[in-house]
Formats: sequence, structure tokens, C-alpha cells
Amino acid sequence: MTSYFGRKCLQNCFRLLKYQNVKVPLQSSRHISVSPALNHFEEDRPVFPGSRSTYTPALEFLRSDMYDGIPVYRVMNKKGEVIQKDQDPQLDDDTVLKMYHDMTLLNTMDRVLYDSQRQGRISFYMTNYGEEGTHIGSAAALDPGDLVFAQYREAGVLLWRGFQLDEFMNQCYGNNEDVGRGRQMPVHYGSKNLNFVTISSTLATQMPQASGAAYAYKRAQNGKCVICYFGEGAASEGDAHAAFNFASTLDCPVIFFCRNNGYAISTPTRDQYRGDGIASRGPGYGMATVRVDGNDVFAVYNATKAARNVCLNEMRPVLIEAMTYRIGHHSTSDDSSAYRSVDEVNYWDKEDHPIARLRAHIVSRGLWNDDKEKSWKRITRKRVLEAFSKAEARKKCNPESMFDDVYDVVPDHIQKQRMEMKMHVNQYKEHYPLKLFDKMSGL
Amino acid sequence: MTSRMLLHKCVRTLLKAKSQSKLMKGYLPISKYATFTYVPDTAPREYGETMKMNLFQSVTNAMEIALESDPTAVIFGEDVAFGGVFRCTVGLKDKFGKDRVFNTPLSEQGIVAFGIGIATTGATAIAEIQFADYIFPAFDQIVNEAAKFRYRTGNLFNIGGLTIRTPSGAVGHGALYHSQSPEALFAHVPGLKVVIPRGPIQAKGLLLSCIKDRNPCIFFEPKILYRSSVEEVPVGSFEIPLSKAEVIVEGSDVTLIGWGTQVHVLREVATMAEDRLNVGCDVIDLRTILPWDTETVINSVRKTGRALVAHEAPITGGFGAEIASTIQSECFLHLEAPVKRVCGYDTPFSHTHEPFYLPDKWRCFEGVKQLINF
Repeated sequence: MTSYFGRKCLQNCFRLLKYQNVKVPLQSSRHISVSPALNHFEEDRPVFPGSRSTYTPALEFLRSDMYDGIPVYRVMNKKGEVIQKDQDPQLDDDTVLKMYHDMTLLNTMDRVLYDSQRQGRISFYMTNYGEEGTHIGSAAALDPGDLVFAQYREAGVLLWRGFQLDEFMNQCYGNNEDVGRGRQMPVHYGSKNLNFVTISSTLATQMPQASGAAYAYKRAQNGKCVICYFGEGAASEGDAHAAFNFASTLDCPVIFFCRNNGYAISTPTRDQYRGDGIASRGPGYGMATVRVDGNDVFAVYNATKAARNVCLNEMRPVLIEAMTYRIGHHSTSDDSSAYRSVDEVNYWDKEDHPIARLRAHIVSRGLWNDDKEKSWKRITRKRVLEAFSKAEARKKCNPESMFDDVYDVVPDHIQKQRMEMKMHVNQYKEHYPLKLFDKMSGL
Repeated sequence: MTSRMLLHKCVRTLLKAKSQSKLMKGYLPISKYATFTYVPDTAPREYGETMKMNLFQSVTNAMEIALESDPTAVIFGEDVAFGGVFRCTVGLKDKFGKDRVFNTPLSEQGIVAFGIGIATTGATAIAEIQFADYIFPAFDQIVNEAAKFRYRTGNLFNIGGLTIRTPSGAVGHGALYHSQSPEALFAHVPGLKVVIPRGPIQAKGLLLSCIKDRNPCIFFEPKILYRSSVEEVPVGSFEIPLSKAEVIVEGSDVTLIGWGTQVHVLREVATMAEDRLNVGCDVIDLRTILPWDTETVINSVRKTGRALVAHEAPITGGFGAEIASTIQSECFLHLEAPVKRVCGYDTPFSHTHEPFYLPDKWRCFEGVKQLINF
């Protein structure tokens, strides 16, 4: 039983890649039906409707330590060398350079915004250090029309799709140019044009929503899939369970992309789960599953590309677990040195970083050198600082707009409350920060 | 229209055949448990041709119209594919296909979230929660997600296409987890609409409004009325506006406010008050809990000077408190007596004690007497 189960796991992992070139009819049937089991009735096979299997006279518990963990798929080694030629995604120079540009631009933006929070200029920030490869690798493998549901540490996906520095900054400042109208905390980005559903703080709630959206896409036959990002901590929520199970039973073309970065705030994975990470749960839900090196942008790219093919060719969900490490603090409200060692962080920052690995790769391809690095750093820093100052100088939305969008139209009772607020503020003007906001009408 | 009538003929035949089957056991809104008398409504003439339907049939009829007129609309939940444990989706899977009327795994948080996801893409999602008592696992998805979706995205995204239907209220023997009326818990959530019909015509018109409305709606169906309320329901499509209460009995001495099954209790109380006390009552069916129609209530209480609010849910934090406090602040100079609330007690819903728990006609009648004698 041990070897059988182990083999099965491996097969599950590698099957994904094979799917890449296989064309399967759109509505392929993969349902387990009861009738084949019933045919075997005379051979004394179990016919329970709840499973398909055989009888065994041996009492054996299936134990998670009976087999090795699901292997981590890798394309490039730490030196940026492609390990096995046939796995090279063979991306053109422009694409690879865009990958590098976006990863480093994100890194620069993170540094500026993190510092600005430390100076009290924005209220909150969450960096993406160490996980840039998961964002860019997956985003590059998707169609721009594919719908993204994210957690909050996936800003690189937006960057890849063309979200402007101004838009990031406007959201973090909650100014009058923010499309979210200043209602949510910083880093809760969203873009209708870029098919990126607005982020909310509640963990894992987006996961079963992604299954629903994918179901609607399947019905619409629009040739698009849905991708849903989440951390390994969020995967402990009940919503994650609902998401996996619904996606599987209802045949939804959704990619569940787990960023397993080792920590949920201070909680190490040891306290989060005892199975083989998140990937091992995939087969339990009947999902095609793969685990990748999240610091290897090509591995992430390949896995996502293949997963997208599975989604659209077979109309079923796929689970990708990207192994990575959260190099930064959880957020600006967290000091991670309280629960993990500096040495541990340094290892990932200095020895195994997605940006460093891709840099080594592009240097070896002759696309990059120290001079280019220096000038690119200077340019990006200038661009980020410019966008930053512009966003900081803008006023916030008119206070009246607080009452909009609760419903499609403002109902009577809320209109009345808006009027009360205006009259009150008019009476006590000097006690409210009016000069930071756009002017209210009639005031 | 003919096909719809045909479907209903089939449904009725099927019901006759199935009424003794095991499927129906345990979900019996039988009249012997009813503590009220159902008086059928009459639909306005302009709604056109009618047909006799009970509440579950009118709900099926509304969803059938929704699926016919909107190719993106889907219905899903636990056990809806075979027709639903209350028969509300009978025949719909066969007519519209299994990709439009389908079972989900048994997970309420999953059901609501799945509906939110569908609605995010602009499609119409009609989700069923099998009993309102089991809506709480989806509380997070409803309160933090559905209700706030439009607001938090700056109207970039909305889930206006989502409607959640769920059977609620006392049923005679439902005990703790087949009797609850959780509307007040949702009335505290900006962004939601909460709607409760009192009979088949209302159910159809209000449900169609909910499905069309561009906001997430929770539609509570009083399960005791599923089979016990029967009336002539227009077969065509029609809508009854949300956030509009209806004065169903007019009088000048006391205003009685309720919703769902309780409206029928109050209608009978109005008759008792007239007969025994010579007191005339305005009976108001609130219909929409959020956003509610303050104007109709205020106008009535300014006329009568006395108000009684009755609901099955427990009194503390019940929606009656919201109404009473609004009446107090808007009608202060017109009030001749303190606003009376006749509600469920602040206990869980007991199995054997239901007759003593409910705000039945005798408790409400006594409330009217106290208002008059204040």
C-alpha cells in the first residue's frame, strides 16, 4: 500500500506537465459512476456508493509518514542555470526582461512604501519580499482576461498586468484618485480593467468565490479561467475547504495558487498543519496538484501555464503550491524578529532569492550586467518616488462619498444620515480635518 | 405562459402522489400546528391571468420566470436538484438543465461564497440555504463579503445578482434549529436587503424583485406557509417593490406591525379588537426589513397614536426594537401610549413549548388591550 500511494502522489504531480500538450474535449466526463462497481458485484468488490476501491483483509492505517513528501518542481538551480533543457519555457528576451523589471520594480516600491509607513506617511503596508517570483511567474502564464482573486501579497500580479505606480500609491494614500475611493486599508488593490477582483482583509473568503466565478466562466464559455491566490495559513480556514470541494464537484476551471512562505504572521507551518503542506490535500479533493519552487520564476510559469491548460481543456480545478519564504515582516504592524532568527531570514534573502536567481539567469544570457542593474535601480527609484509624492499631495475624497455605494442607489435613510453628517460638520468645522478632503457641496 | 401552467399542473400531480412519501416527512407545515388563520390575498387585476398556488409553488414559479428570462441565472444549494426538501425547485432542473439547477456540497459558507463568485462576473445567482437556522456558517460571507462588495471596491465590482433564499420561522415542531427568524441579525448589516413575504402572491412578486435588484438580497420564506397558504397567483411576471410596506387592514385606533406569518396573526387580532373592544387597527405588513419603509409606519402611528410590533424572533435586539425606537423619535408628540413589543421570549426555540413561546393572537390581543387602557 505504501509504495502504491507514494507512486500515485508522484504521478499526480507530473501528470500536470504532460497535460500541457494534450487536447481533451471541452466537456470531458471524469465522473466516477456507480455502475462499474456494480458490474463487479460478483467478484466481491465493494459497491458502497461513497467510494471506489477494493476489499482488503489487512487492517492497515494509511499514515502520512508512509511516503515521501510531494516533490518540488524546479526548472532553474540557484545559479540561474536551467537544469533540464526540455523544461526551459524558452521565453523570449523581452519577456524575461519584463519579468526581471517587474520583480525589481515591485521590490523598489516595497522599500519606499515600507519606509513611508515607518515615517507615518501611510497607515499600513505589506511587502512582497521573497515572493516576487510567484507573482510574476504565474501572472506571465495567464491570459490577461483571466480573473484574479488575491489575498493581499500578490501586488506583482497587478504590476505584470499594467497597474500603474500612481494607482498603487493612490490606493495606499486613499486619495481622491483611488478607484476604491479611500475606503479600504492600504494594499487592498483592485482593478476592473485588469480583471483583478478587489482585495478584502478577511482571509480565504475569496477562495470559494473564485470557484463560483469559474463556474460562471465555464457556463459563459469565454475561454478564460480564474486564479485564486492564498497563503498557507489561509488554507486552514473553512472557506478553503469549501472552495476546493465546490471547485472539484462542480468542475470549475480555477487555479488555486498557494503561497507557502512558512509563516502566518508568527505562526510557523508546524503549528498550521501536520500533513505534507497544502499540496497533499489536493488529491483528497480530486484535484490535479503540483508543488513548485516559488523562488524559480520559470518553474512557477511552467506550472501555471500547464494548470491553465488543465482548467480549460478538462474543465476542472488545479492546485499549485509554491514553496517560498516570507523574507519581510508580515506587515508594518509586525516585528518578525520576535519569533524567528535573523540567520534564517538572511539565508533566504542572500542565498535563495527569486530576483537573484533570475538575475543570474539573465546575466548568463547576456541580457544584463552591473551597469544596467545600477541604472535600472536609479530609474525605478525615481519613478516610484515621483508617483509617491504625487499621491501624497492629493486630497482625499469628499466626505459625502462615504455614503455612496453601500447600495446601487443611496436609500432614503442613508441620504438622511448624509445630510445629518453635513449639517453637523458645518456646525463643528474646526474639529474636523476638512482641509485634507475635497470640498463637500454647500459647505 | 402555457408551459408554466403545465409545469404547475405537473407539480401538483406530483405532490399528490408524493404527499405520503418519506421525502415529505419531517417538513410538515400542517394546519394543525398553525396558530393563525390564513386569509388569501387577491392580486390586482392588472397582473393578469391567475392560477391557484401555495407559497412553495409561487416560489418555484418566480424562479422559473427568472431562469426563462435570464440565461445567466442559476439555482443551487443542498438538495435543490431533485426539487428541494420543500419542493420549491421541483421540475426546474428538468426544464433548464443540470448546469443551471444543481446540488452543491453540504457547506453553507461555500454556497453563499459560490453565489458571490458567480455574481461577481455579472451573472445571476439564486442560492438556497436549507433552513435559515443554518445560515450562520455563511455569516462571514454575507456580512463581510456580500454586503460590503460594492462599497469596498468603489463600485468597481458588485454582486447585485445574488439572492439567498431560505425557509424561516416557526413550523409547529421545529425546535431550536428548524424555527429561527434571524432577520434582525442581518438588519444590522448595511449593504444587504432583507425581505419576508406573507403569502404566495407576495412571495412571487417580492422574490422576482429580489432577483432583479442590483443588491444582495436575503429572502426569508415562512416555511409554515409553504403548503398552508393557497391563493390565486398571477401566472405572468410581476414585481412587488422592495422597501415598501403595505397596509392590509385599515383602522384608526392602533397600528399593528408585523411580517411573514405574524401578519396573519395580527390580521386576526384586528378582527378580535374590532369585535370585542370596538377598536379599529391599521395592520401593516412591513415586507422589507432592510431598508425598511419608515414612512408608512410613521404615517400610520401619527394617525392612530398607538403602536404594537410583533415578531416571532426573541425580543431583545429584535427588529421590533428598531421600529419602536424610530416610532418614538418620529411620532413622540402623537403617541398616546408606549410602543408595545409582543415577541418571542429571550430563550432558544423550544420543541414542546412552542405554543407558549410564540407571540400568538392572545398575547397580541392582550397587547392591544394594554395600549388602549394605558
